[in-house]
Amino acid sequence: MSNNAVVIFYIVAAVLFIMSLGGLSNQESARRGNWFGILGMLLALIAVTASEEVTAYGILAVSMFPAVLIGGVLAARVKMTDMPQLVAILHSFVGAAAVLVGLSLQLDESKIAHEGIAGIIHNIEIFVGVCIGSITFTGSVIAFGKLQGLISGKPLLLPARHFLNLIILVATVWLGMEFVSHNVITDPTTSILIALTLTGILGVHLVMAIGGADMPVVVSMLNSYSGWAAAAAGFMLGNNLLLIVGALVGSSGLILSLFMCRGMNRSLISVILGGFGTGDGGGGGAMKTPDGDVTSIDTDATSQLLKNAKSVTIVPGYGMAVAQAQHTIAKITKKLRENNTQVLFAIHPVAGRLPGHMNVLLAEANIPYDIVLELDEINHTFAATDVVMVIGANDIVNPSALDDPNSPIAGMPVLEVWNAKNVIVMKRSMGAGYAGVGNPLFFNENTSMLFGDAGENVDAILASL
Amino acid sequence: MIIGIPKEIFLEERRVALVPRGAEALRKLGFEIILETTAGEAADYSDAKYEEVGVTIAQNAREVWAQSDIIIKVREPQTSEADMMKEGGTLISFFWPAKNGELLDRLNSKNATVLAMDCIPRISRAQKMDALSSMANISGYRAVVEAAHEFPHFFTGQITAAGKIDPAKVLIIGGGVAGLAAVGAAKGLGAIVRAFDTRLAVREQVESLGGEFLELDFPEEDGEGGGGYAKTMSEEFIKAEMKLFAEQAIEVDIIITTALIPGREAPKLITSGMVESMREGSVIVDLASEQGGNCTLTKPNEKVVHHGVTILGYTDLPSRMAALSSRLYSAGIVHLLDEMGGKEAYSVDLENEIIRGALVLREGSIMWPPPKPKNPGPKYSVDTGLRPSKEEKVELKSEEQEISFSVGRILKYIILLAIAIGIYSAGNSLPNNDPFVERFIDQLTVFVLACFVGWQVIWNVKPALHTPLMSVTNAISGIIIIGGILQISQSEINASVILGAAAILLAAINVVGGFLVTNRMLAMFRQ
Repeated sequence: MSNNAVVIFYIVAAVLFIMSLGGLSNQESARRGNWFGILGMLLALIAVTASEEVTAYGILAVSMFPAVLIGGVLAARVKMTDMPQLVAILHSFVGAAAVLVGLSLQLDESKIAHEGIAGIIHNIEIFVGVCIGSITFTGSVIAFGKLQGLISGKPLLLPARHFLNLIILVATVWLGMEFVSHNVITDPTTSILIALTLTGILGVHLVMAIGGADMPVVVSMLNSYSGWAAAAAGFMLGNNLLLIVGALVGSSGLILSLFMCRGMNRSLISVILGGFGTGDGGGGGAMKTPDGDVTSIDTDATSQLLKNAKSVTIVPGYGMAVAQAQHTIAKITKKLRENNTQVLFAIHPVAGRLPGHMNVLLAEANIPYDIVLELDEINHTFAATDVVMVIGANDIVNPSALDDPNSPIAGMPVLEVWNAKNVIVMKRSMGAGYAGVGNPLFFNENTSMLFGDAGENVDAILASL
Repeated sequence: MIIGIPKEIFLEERRVALVPRGAEALRKLGFEIILETTAGEAADYSDAKYEEVGVTIAQNAREVWAQSDIIIKVREPQTSEADMMKEGGTLISFFWPAKNGELLDRLNSKNATVLAMDCIPRISRAQKMDALSSMANISGYRAVVEAAHEFPHFFTGQITAAGKIDPAKVLIIGGGVAGLAAVGAAKGLGAIVRAFDTRLAVREQVESLGGEFLELDFPEEDGEGGGGYAKTMSEEFIKAEMKLFAEQAIEVDIIITTALIPGREAPKLITSGMVESMREGSVIVDLASEQGGNCTLTKPNEKVVHHGVTILGYTDLPSRMAALSSRLYSAGIVHLLDEMGGKEAYSVDLENEIIRGALVLREGSIMWPPPKPKNPGPKYSVDTGLRPSKEEKVELKSEEQEISFSVGRILKYIILLAIAIGIYSAGNSLPNNDPFVERFIDQLTVFVLACFVGWQVIWNVKPALHTPLMSVTNAISGIIIIGGILQISQSEINASVILGAAAILLAAINVVGGFLVTNRMLAMFRQ
């Protein structure tokens, strides 16, 4: 295939990728969007394989075949609750691939040597690409470890951690200058390897310092980094398709991060630098200011309340994912709807460990997406709701975000469930949420606490309905 | 510590501040209780019932006032009672400090401490002590009963052999606790009930009780004035409102008015002209008569008949149901004393929002009015149960944001300007006519445009699809596979080729895994 034909294929592929992302704007066109993406990828692969530059089909087949198998099995086997881990580990692959491509280019003896300023620009492209790829790789591996529970969800706060980051950054920039000029370190490969290690440490350190509650932001940030890594590879290879896709993915991740930060009323910088979002799981952590009497309720009384309600809103949180309760909840929903009870789901932007995590779980359980509403859509309806059931969520329904300016989550938009006639909160214990903030909601007169394992509790409720 | 309950001496006051059930609860909190004989008689609580729960009966008021550390009353003390107040004693009752300045000074000279039941802040934690609400609830119900008593027809409509009887039409002005109680009671008797309130949030509550909420033909203006009360409205609004009432007066049989604005005379809403336009036999019950009345013809504590329309200005409606109202008032008192720590930990805690709000006099220094709370939380107003409207919150936020926003905006512009200058000078210093540099500039153009396209497209993605978005971007960022493919075709197998092949392996996992898992997820979304 001539070079010009390849370029035309690339353009078509780029358009298909943009249409693929555009298709995700709503559920009806989303599947079509995914097919556009697949088609774009196929065109791109055909074009590059058929191009004059590629002749090593044997190596290509050998490296592709196992990958297709692994990817296929991974995608078919993964549980929906494990999506965050899968996404994180896939990010790390992109990062690693970017590093490998950069190194391969560096070691490629057949590459055209650029003179003067062109050489400098080309070297900078390689260097930046490898460094971003390295941060993405190690950061994603740590994020995967945290999500999988292999590493504690608590933030690791080293003394002088900002200083440490700064030193790594300065050292990397210096190595970059060396890589171009060979003043002190004469072998550029040595400097890029050292820089690669340093940025790898930086990636580990940045994600280690971030707590469990901020994971949605971290995963989105890494998504963004993986895009920038691909874009950097596009620069170094002079490949426009890589560039376009990298830019698309990079801005997509950035938007997701901003969206998540808005959902928590935090600045992106503070999340990137880490040191917030402590704790792991629902337990532990001392209650702060709010206290008083808590009304507890049992599953029988809960199902009675649900039976008599005309409208029920369910607020799922990470606890639902942990307890795998979405299928039972779907059955409860079905029963209630047969009983002519209006059932809605309220999803907070940062519920779960991944942007949109709850939506995927509810979709998995066959809950129609038109009864699954977002914060803005549902907040005004709580006053007219008979029963709100909060399942394994805490900070996202905390009224002190609105009325206590000293609260660490002050200003975070929350689901105003307390306006409903009855609120049932399912929780393992009276522990504070991820933000370590006590929740005055639990002490409200119209709040009843249903303690215990969410999974067992919803089973019991379903049984007595 | 001794609590004293004197008999109410205000004319026609039948209530008693503490009922036997409440006395029992206070005894459990550790207090001694002394009751003036026959204090509970008018409310159907005999001395014997009090004695059963361990209350001491005193033969006269003087004895009670002299012996008690805390005096509990319903009405504010009359001059003669205030003079009996013990030096340094405590009084808990309705007090209305705004209009009882003289009484305040009189008790002040005795170094008394006074907690006013009417000043308990209307916050959710204090609901159980809110005697104003419990009394208003009774007033609203009783207003309907009094109206029914005067009204010479049925409330409910009937079709009988003797002919059709139309249901009564009741208009209730003001949708606070009393108004809503009246809506419920009138509806319960079978009438057609309409209600009006300047606060739009009341609509839902009226409708929930089966009433019809009347709306003005007027651009929206919400009369929410904080603490569940209304504020004074604009002149045009009042004009439109009066027009509505005039139209309604011709149609309805019964009007119950409950419109109050705190600290001011009640607004005049029903003119004599409107009264004259009503059918004979119609009834107006004016619950605002103590504050001057909502009807111009209302006379406090009297029944006036004007053009065949009966206007009731009774101010003692709760007292007319003394047994119940005493019981509810008494419950509020018990909760307040419990809040103050019972006997063991009894204290007048200025840090406690509820106590501070109710406190008008403390050992000889006037504490009223209390300082405004610094951070008025969401106003769970007691009487209407309504929450702060959306607009209110938005306003609060935007004020704070505006300041930080403008500083942030200036900073943003400075940074953008610096970047622009930097890019310009960097571009300027690049040599012309170098094909590689030209390629780089072209790439930069494509990159910036692609970022922009991405930015535009992604904002449209629904939050519900964020997880599929991540996995699909993950899959397409596997496009880096092209980088690997371009690197493997070299004359011999060297390190560079192996690294390229490894990159292909990883990226291909991404491509296949990402697209397949996205497909799996999207297949689950169904309507």
